[in-house]
Amino acid sequence: MAPTLAHYLIVSGLLFSLGLAGVLLRRNILVIFMCLELMLNAANLSLVAFSRFNFLPGTQLPNYNGQVLVFFIITVAAAEVAVGLAIIVALYRTRQTTHVEDLNSMKF
Amino acid sequence: MELVLFWIFSILMLGFGSAVIFLRSPVSSAMSLVMSFLGLAALFVLLDAYFIGIIQVLVYAGAVMVLFLFIIMLLDIKAERRRRLNTPAWIGGGLVVGGVVAMLVKVVMDQPAFHVMKPEIGDGMFDDVRQVGETLFTTYNLPFQIIGVLLLVATVGVVILSKKEIK
Repeated sequence: MAPTLAHYLIVSGLLFSLGLAGVLLRRNILVIFMCLELMLNAANLSLVAFSRFNFLPGTQLPNYNGQVLVFFIITVAAAEVAVGLAIIVALYRTRQTTHVEDLNSMKF
Repeated sequence: MELVLFWIFSILMLGFGSAVIFLRSPVSSAMSLVMSFLGLAALFVLLDAYFIGIIQVLVYAGAVMVLFLFIIMLLDIKAERRRRLNTPAWIGGGLVVGGVVAMLVKVVMDQPAFHVMKPEIGDGMFDDVRQVGETLFTTYNLPFQIIGVLLLVATVGVVILSKKEIK
């Protein structure tokens, strides 16, 4: 008995919902940022699962296009973390807070 | 055997993932995130994606989390004060998340194409890193170079953002 594709997809969906719940419920901007990373990684897990369960046409190898896409996602996520954390530091310099409820100058 | 490993690593990943949300101090959240990423890397290895698993450990559990911990240290963030619970937000958030979970489970369970076993990889032809590299440098050569430019732009942007005053 080995895990099927559905197992991996459901675990990936649960991880995505955990990240979504964190973004909706937490108030610290750094923790919200960490939860964004969780959601990106849930997408990575489903991509790798699809890549392993579907062979490249005409071969008996996993479909490496999915894994290359995961590679790109990881690179973009690393760049995103660097820029996002720089913005958070700039924000903290001007407002002295990382609490999203204190950042309400654009609130309607 | 593989199913047992799958459940161990999934529960590790999801357990530490919920710890990210439910722990109050940002440092504990960051450390739980590291453990969650390590569980995810183990799942990648279980899916025969060795290269992606190693990249996951190096980039996420290594670089990205060190960056997070540095910022937490730099800003000297204390554990979140216990504020009164914002009930409408929690109910709304719970409803949205529950809806997403229910929809995903329904879609995955109803699709017979998803209830398949892993096909066996052909004998003596499995060289993960070479295959990923070949795909990366032939089919996806242009996106690969664009990613390089993106990293350069991100580096320059971070330097400009961290300057004392933004003109």
